[in-house]
Amino acid sequence: MKIQQISLFLENKPGHLNAICRTLANNEINIVTLSLADTQQFGIVRLIVEEWEKARDVLEKAGHVVNLREVVAATVANTPGGMAEILDTIGKAGVNIEYMYAFTYRHESKAVLIFRFDDPDKAIEALTAAGRDVLDAPTLFAK
Amino acid sequence: MFYQDCANDENTPVHPVSAPDYMPVEQLRALQLHRLQGLVKQVYANVPLTRKRMDERGVKPEHIKTLKDIALLPFSIKNDLRDEYPFGLFASPMNDIVRFHCSSGTTGKPIVIGNTKNDIILWQQACMRALAMCGVRSSDVLQVAYGYGLFTGGLGLHYGGEGIGCAVLPISGGNTDRQLMMMQDMGVTVMACTPSYFLHLIDEAHKRGIDIRKDTKLKHGIFGAEPWTEEMRTKIQDATGIIAHDIYGLTEICGPGVANDCQYHNGLHIFEDHFYPEIINPDTLEPLPDGEAGELVFTTLTRTGTPMLRYRTRDISRINPKQCECGRTIRTFERVSARSDDMLIIRGVNVFPSQIEAGLLKSDKVLPHYMINITRDGDLDKLEVQVEVTKETLSDEIKALEHLRAEIAHSIQRIINISATITLVEPNTLPRSEGKLNRVKDMR
Repeated sequence: MKIQQISLFLENKPGHLNAICRTLANNEINIVTLSLADTQQFGIVRLIVEEWEKARDVLEKAGHVVNLREVVAATVANTPGGMAEILDTIGKAGVNIEYMYAFTYRHESKAVLIFRFDDPDKAIEALTAAGRDVLDAPTLFAK
Repeated sequence: MFYQDCANDENTPVHPVSAPDYMPVEQLRALQLHRLQGLVKQVYANVPLTRKRMDERGVKPEHIKTLKDIALLPFSIKNDLRDEYPFGLFASPMNDIVRFHCSSGTTGKPIVIGNTKNDIILWQQACMRALAMCGVRSSDVLQVAYGYGLFTGGLGLHYGGEGIGCAVLPISGGNTDRQLMMMQDMGVTVMACTPSYFLHLIDEAHKRGIDIRKDTKLKHGIFGAEPWTEEMRTKIQDATGIIAHDIYGLTEICGPGVANDCQYHNGLHIFEDHFYPEIINPDTLEPLPDGEAGELVFTTLTRTGTPMLRYRTRDISRINPKQCECGRTIRTFERVSARSDDMLIIRGVNVFPSQIEAGLLKSDKVLPHYMINITRDGDLDKLEVQVEVTKETLSDEIKALEHLRAEIAHSIQRIINISATITLVEPNTLPRSEGKLNRVKDMR
């Protein structure tokens, strides 16, 4: 049920993010969604791509250091209170969210969120028990 | 000249070429004095600059009656070689010179050293003694990844290795893929290169899925040509399982093979039957007794092409007053981790780059690819250390990387008492060394 996320270290300098995107583009890898975390000095770009192994290999070959993390993709209703509801479920399970970001497209008219939990298995269990959609990779990347 | 000896194999505890390392002290001092007297005569007769300086002091070659009388002689410094460029300090006619070596000056003209045939032979023996001290024998395969050419590193270790009877792989610097392939395919057991280049090879091996412990036969590293630290020795040894030795030398004195550390790593044994060491106070120029720290000075007792009287190395060290437990009578000096030339004055405090490296290496996860930048902001000196992020240190969380920065900054500050800004940079973006690496950029 977990999704592989690729993260890379970025210096805050012009063109650095583009170099990564260009490498992926040249290898025909589509970025499904991404998030940028930044400080004054450096940033971390986190990417979700379908072919994560290929993406990792081409990025490492291009000289980047790639970090892999398992994240959880869950859907929320695209209505007021949708986000609050899912956070209730996670909060009750006592799981901590390290960070999260949203997908750029919807799944069956619902919004898709990417979560990085301190305890992903426990979170998946809680979300599933509460009747929430947790998406596996084939579902997430289904065209 | 190749060293032929039936006992020249891995079962020999003391390699035959190492015999002078164990000479009785009295005999060694007598030999040194005899050689010094001959040297001073030769230099006085052939080098106008030295003769002029000796005449100004009223010193004649016959005034050298004991080893202590060396203090009567004038010093020589790197600038003498620049001022007298190219041949002013040569003590032998060009007819007797068989090879030049140069040291790249960072500014202006290089310095030129001329070697006679005898200089080359004695230098080879010094390098053989250095290798033998590391346990290298005729059964070893030696990869020489120091640069070949005007730089002394490549050819010095090359002839030393051939003299011992090793199979020498004269690959020179650069081309990491080929270095790693040959290291495996040729069954290389001894690697000679700069410590920073070896770190680069460790990184690159790791990236290619090569485990130096399992996939190579490497057991010794002969590292020199740039100052490095005990912390780096530990890092290298832990990461690869090899034994890392420190070899010392400088072009002006011959090149590598002036001194080397034995298996006890109690400092570096000076081949002092050829290179007479002194420690002086760099301010008063007074000689200091063994045990006290100061500037290392060498006199090349046996060189004839470009001999050096009391050459000031700018390296800060001390001569160990105690004999090493290996039984060698030739003295040791402490690993040079500071050059007085390298000393930085940051906010009024003396800082050596090696101290920053030591701090960096204490924060455990970091592999040491780094650069030190010093700038001035108004009246304030700013110290920045750029550190490459590695697979081990990269996290997907900002707080983990901020923690790493703080940890490194703290570790450095504890040693130098000055705060440093740590900048994490992308992997493979800082310069790599294939010869000597300058890790300091002073932009003040």
